[in-house]
Amino acid sequence: MTTDNSGDVRLSGIGKTYGAFTAVHPLDLTVPQGSFFALLGASGCGKTTTLRMIAGLEEPTCGTVHLGDQNVTHLPPYKRPVNTVFQSYALFPHLDIFENVAFGLRRRGIKSVKKQVEEMLDLVQLGEQARKKPHQLSGGQQQRVAVARALINHPKVLLLDEPLGALDLKLRRQMQLELKRIQTEVGITFIHVTHDQEEAMTMADTVAVMNGGRVEQLGSPTDLYENPGTTFVANFLGTSNLIEAEIDARSGDDIVLKAGGDKLVLPAARCSAPTPAGGRVLVGIRPEKISLAHADDAGAVPEGRNRLTGRIVDASFIGVSTQYVVESRACAELSVYVQNVERDARLVPGADVVLHWSPAHTFGLDAAQDIDAGTEEEVAA
Amino acid sequence: MPVVNWLKRHLVVIAGVLTLAYLLLPNVIVTVFSFNKPKGRFNYQWQQFSLDAWKQPCGVADMCNSLSISLQIAVWATLGATVLGTMISFALVRYRFRARGAINSLIFLPMAMPEVVMAASLLTLFLNMGAQLGFWTILIAHVMFCLSFVVTAVKARVMSMDPRLEEAARDLYAGPVQTFLRVTLPIAAPGIAAGALLSFALSFDDFIITNFNAGSTVTFPMFVWGSAQRGTPVQINVIGTAMFLLAVVLVLVSMLINNRRNSQKA
Repeated sequence: MTTDNSGDVRLSGIGKTYGAFTAVHPLDLTVPQGSFFALLGASGCGKTTTLRMIAGLEEPTCGTVHLGDQNVTHLPPYKRPVNTVFQSYALFPHLDIFENVAFGLRRRGIKSVKKQVEEMLDLVQLGEQARKKPHQLSGGQQQRVAVARALINHPKVLLLDEPLGALDLKLRRQMQLELKRIQTEVGITFIHVTHDQEEAMTMADTVAVMNGGRVEQLGSPTDLYENPGTTFVANFLGTSNLIEAEIDARSGDDIVLKAGGDKLVLPAARCSAPTPAGGRVLVGIRPEKISLAHADDAGAVPEGRNRLTGRIVDASFIGVSTQYVVESRACAELSVYVQNVERDARLVPGADVVLHWSPAHTFGLDAAQDIDAGTEEEVAA
Repeated sequence: MPVVNWLKRHLVVIAGVLTLAYLLLPNVIVTVFSFNKPKGRFNYQWQQFSLDAWKQPCGVADMCNSLSISLQIAVWATLGATVLGTMISFALVRYRFRARGAINSLIFLPMAMPEVVMAASLLTLFLNMGAQLGFWTILIAHVMFCLSFVVTAVKARVMSMDPRLEEAARDLYAGPVQTFLRVTLPIAAPGIAAGALLSFALSFDDFIITNFNAGSTVTFPMFVWGSAQRGTPVQINVIGTAMFLLAVVLVLVSMLINNRRNSQKA
């Protein structure tokens, strides 16, 4: 790692309002040089506005944008060492691929562009297509042109606005790896806006989850997934089972909870909410961390694990795993994903089961929040 | 029934040929009669082949003068209407301002209004203002009715333009002027060209509005109309044929350029 910090992006108190509507609440964010940073959120959460303020396409209502030590808040986009890969690419339809890629160099008065453009087109494997017009290329190829057109300028920061949104699933996976490879190769800061949590988690070193114009949580993908701080993050990144529970007692580093008559244990360090005795918290557990045993084998469940009894309502076979929906006293609908290693033939809808998991995998959230925030139904509404 | 079957199979071709014939027959007649040597003053009956008119296209008094006036007016009207119309289109699409809706509909009035009504009201206006009728009043009138056609053509183009293209240009180090010259203008160009072509054609052959507001100036359509009362010189057919051929050549050249460009790209 170099000590060069000219590719740092520092947002201080930056916010944007349109009339009475606040698109982005004042926020602070630092993206270190050379990192792959993702802004993740549902549409309308302010992530694209934030990106556009870094690009200079949107003037912030308050706050400042710094690139390294330079304050660029009031610089127009064409004076910022930042380039953008636009959603749906925005390739110039009247120019061929070569001229599209050469555009930035020519505008900066660079005369001999041929060698650079050809090298860049080779990097994205489009050397053969240089004289075609954008509409003659496939979606994936257009996407690569858009990346090449931005990267050729050696920006300090590359901004990507939902760059893979228009591609089909398979191509998207391929381009995710491709972008990650390019980022490692050129080593510049990437800021990537997406609504696809899987995309954000596979590509980025750091993810900022945005909701309603605010950053809900910031961290590495594993950190966000294992220790979500809000119900929105818990539901938006993957799936979470959230169980309402009452705080019963504290024993050492653990909190003992009561949920619908069952006893659950939660490490105090993994609870982001205040924990007064008698207070309420939401207990979270990821579906793949839960083990499922038939009620007849209840005695075989090891001691010291959180356990709930219930009945299987629904089972869907996915191939690599089976996804169960279990009804229990503590929670009406619990999702459980079981790897298909040895399938227990007794686990069919209607069967009584014991759910158990390690307390260390449990997390606790403030019960004052909307329990459904960030779920697919809520996002679609 | 072999005849019916044959008809069925070739229906599209037959329809196409008939349509073309319908469209081109007047031009063919004009061309053929440009080689006529009429007896008397009217060129309505075929007499004998002659190149006289083609050798002396300006052999008729005042005709080439009127042609030159018409061409000048058409060029200036096209220029004026295209520049103004393009600016109006951008303003109407890009900006929200007071009276935008009113302007949007008013700009189409010249297209919708009967020409003779507009001609008469323009004349009233010019007379009340004490304007000297002639070249300038014709030009002003032509710019006005050409405007609505330019705005229609350019607006459609500007509206369908992705605003992100200009953002991309700004993001790629193009300042406002460069963005306009390198991205906005080239993308709007087909609409602007269509508007300009329409303007030229409409201005060149306009009769009604011109006739009302011309004063003593005589444009080519007015000359043709006037001479039709007294006898039609063959030279009128020569000019007509020349204009037609010029248009055909222009279309062919643009098609050739397009084809070559596409084959290079492929």
